[in-house]
Amino acid sequence: MPEGIFCNKQPVETKERLHEVLGDKGGAKYYKEMESLEVDVPALKALLKTSCKSRLKTWLNGCMRCGLCADSCFLYIANDKDYRQVPSYKIQTTLGELVAKNGEVDTKFMIHCMDVAWSQCTCCNRCAIYCPMGIDVGVMFSYLRGILFSQGFIPWEMKIGSGMHRVYRAQMDVTSEEWVDTCEWMAEETEEEWPGLTIPVDKKNADIIYTVNAREPKHYPEDLAHAAILFHLAGENWTVPSEGWEETSLAMFAGDWKAAKMQVESVYAAIDRLKPKRMVVTECGHAYRATVTEGPYWAGIKDGKPPVESLHYVEWVAEALRTGKLKIDPAKKIKEPVTYQDSCNYIRNAGLADDVRYIMSQIAEDFREMIPNREYNYCCGGGGGLNGIGRYRKERNVGLTVKRDQILATEAKLVITPCHNCWDAIRDLEEVYHIGIRWSFLKPLLVDMVLVPEHLKHLEA
Amino acid sequence: MYHFITGPLLWVSFAIFFIGTLTHVVLYVKNLDWELDRVSYGAHTLWGIRGALRSICLWMTPYGTRSWRIKPLYTFMFYLFHVGGVLVPLFLSAHGVILKSRWGISLPTLPGFVADLLTVGVMIAVVGLSIRRCIRPEVRALTSGREIGTLIIAVAPFFTGFMAYHQIGGGNFWTLAHILSGEMLLVAVPFTKLSHMVLFFCSRAQIGMDFGIKRGGMKSVGMPC
Repeated sequence: MPEGIFCNKQPVETKERLHEVLGDKGGAKYYKEMESLEVDVPALKALLKTSCKSRLKTWLNGCMRCGLCADSCFLYIANDKDYRQVPSYKIQTTLGELVAKNGEVDTKFMIHCMDVAWSQCTCCNRCAIYCPMGIDVGVMFSYLRGILFSQGFIPWEMKIGSGMHRVYRAQMDVTSEEWVDTCEWMAEETEEEWPGLTIPVDKKNADIIYTVNAREPKHYPEDLAHAAILFHLAGENWTVPSEGWEETSLAMFAGDWKAAKMQVESVYAAIDRLKPKRMVVTECGHAYRATVTEGPYWAGIKDGKPPVESLHYVEWVAEALRTGKLKIDPAKKIKEPVTYQDSCNYIRNAGLADDVRYIMSQIAEDFREMIPNREYNYCCGGGGGLNGIGRYRKERNVGLTVKRDQILATEAKLVITPCHNCWDAIRDLEEVYHIGIRWSFLKPLLVDMVLVPEHLKHLEA
Repeated sequence: MYHFITGPLLWVSFAIFFIGTLTHVVLYVKNLDWELDRVSYGAHTLWGIRGALRSICLWMTPYGTRSWRIKPLYTFMFYLFHVGGVLVPLFLSAHGVILKSRWGISLPTLPGFVADLLTVGVMIAVVGLSIRRCIRPEVRALTSGREIGTLIIAVAPFFTGFMAYHQIGGGNFWTLAHILSGEMLLVAVPFTKLSHMVLFFCSRAQIGMDFGIKRGGMKSVGMPC
């Protein structure tokens, strides 16, 4: 059987197909079909010819096999230093072999590549900063994911995720109408406590366009309310777009570059339409990576920058605290030991470590750094899509032990996680290992500790 | 025999070395692709140069990066190997004499005992690195004949040069072996992993630009080391 009903080379592009694939619970039939999915060797060769250029070739051929990348990988550490988890080994035995054989590979090999690409690398890019040759195995695995996507060898959840972006321009089935309804609902709910608060939709020429992760309207609408309260207290002239509001990109995790481009262009179109001065991205690491760091390239923007200056939420918070737009009530600072999960996507890969340290200096009396920290911090354990893939749950849970031990060493019971992936991973870590911690985004903590300007004091009950 | 290997064969070896390495660099740069690599090489030139230089300089500095610092013994062997490996061939007084007499090029030369020490250092480092390849599982798993072969080709001119210099055994034999192994090294560079002699700079410059332009370099010091 060259192509399956569920598992095939065609991306999901309609609601009907999405429902069909979703109906195959856990992907049982999907993975069964994958065992018979044929490799389109000519297409694979053609893709390698056009996309495997000097940087990738040099990384593959120029690896001196020194092994310095081994200890940089949290999965190598978590798996008792198994040599099969050494980044160089992982990429050489997958992409390296694929390139060496010029695409002459079989189904079994492609399934092996899929398992390694999604369960043994979270594309955290930590190995890149330990390699003397400057080889970034995370980037190579991301490239490999794109190859695997083109051939249909991707985890079931990734197929669905990329399909969601193609159908809804969001990682979940949230329509623009539902999004706007959620904004109106949260504005109504919040306005009772904060008179004058609004969630302006499609306001032109605002100072800030705020974009989110679809999980927020879908599962945590109070996050939107918190964002609104903080913008309100800071006196920001802000808006949300009715379309192009979703920052995330499961398409990026899936290696579906076409959908990644569609997704990010929907955000850039909102910017073009509403002409805001700046964009602020919610507390999500990969959303920032997708829309601010990588997105401009998918959209073909030659200077590699989004259409307007774009800030991760921590940058906005740091700026608001520095300028006094937000002031912290000293009596309400966090008194207990607290630690912070540096997200790979906006710390190591975007340089925002200092902003985070400034925020922590303002809101916490006993901030405990994880070791290692900042750009050297380990992945939460669930990045790169690993959190969401049922097939690799066991491997993910083993990987979480590194983060668990880092957190335990701080002796903090509260972990601040301004990244959805990190938040999920640390929540799951607690569910699996019961170490007695709590975890939180910044917004709910800030809402409880900011000083309310006199003119905005809410009505007493 | 001597005239042949110090004449035409030497010329051919140098030609292969220079043309081969130059080809590597030209092809590397030519095939960089801002859309595929997702790095806007041309749009933020100064940020790119800053990132590239920072990346190259920090990684060439002994213990200049975190990766070097957390593996102090490996780093020591690495630098012992590379410092001697670069300095001795370029600044050995015997090589200087040949350069001067043949092409009129005059380079500063190392005192004999320093060159000797550096040569011994290279050989000790190669033994150390080889032992590491055998006993560390994470390196053993990555090691193939190519890595061992590369080490042998790299150390051969130093070993034979040391034997010839100290007239151990047949001095003439070791001199010929030294010249031939040196030529083998030159010829091997473009075709083996020894091409990292130039590709190290290309690759480091690229990743330095990547972090310098795109991944945080404009908001912090850039790629952490």
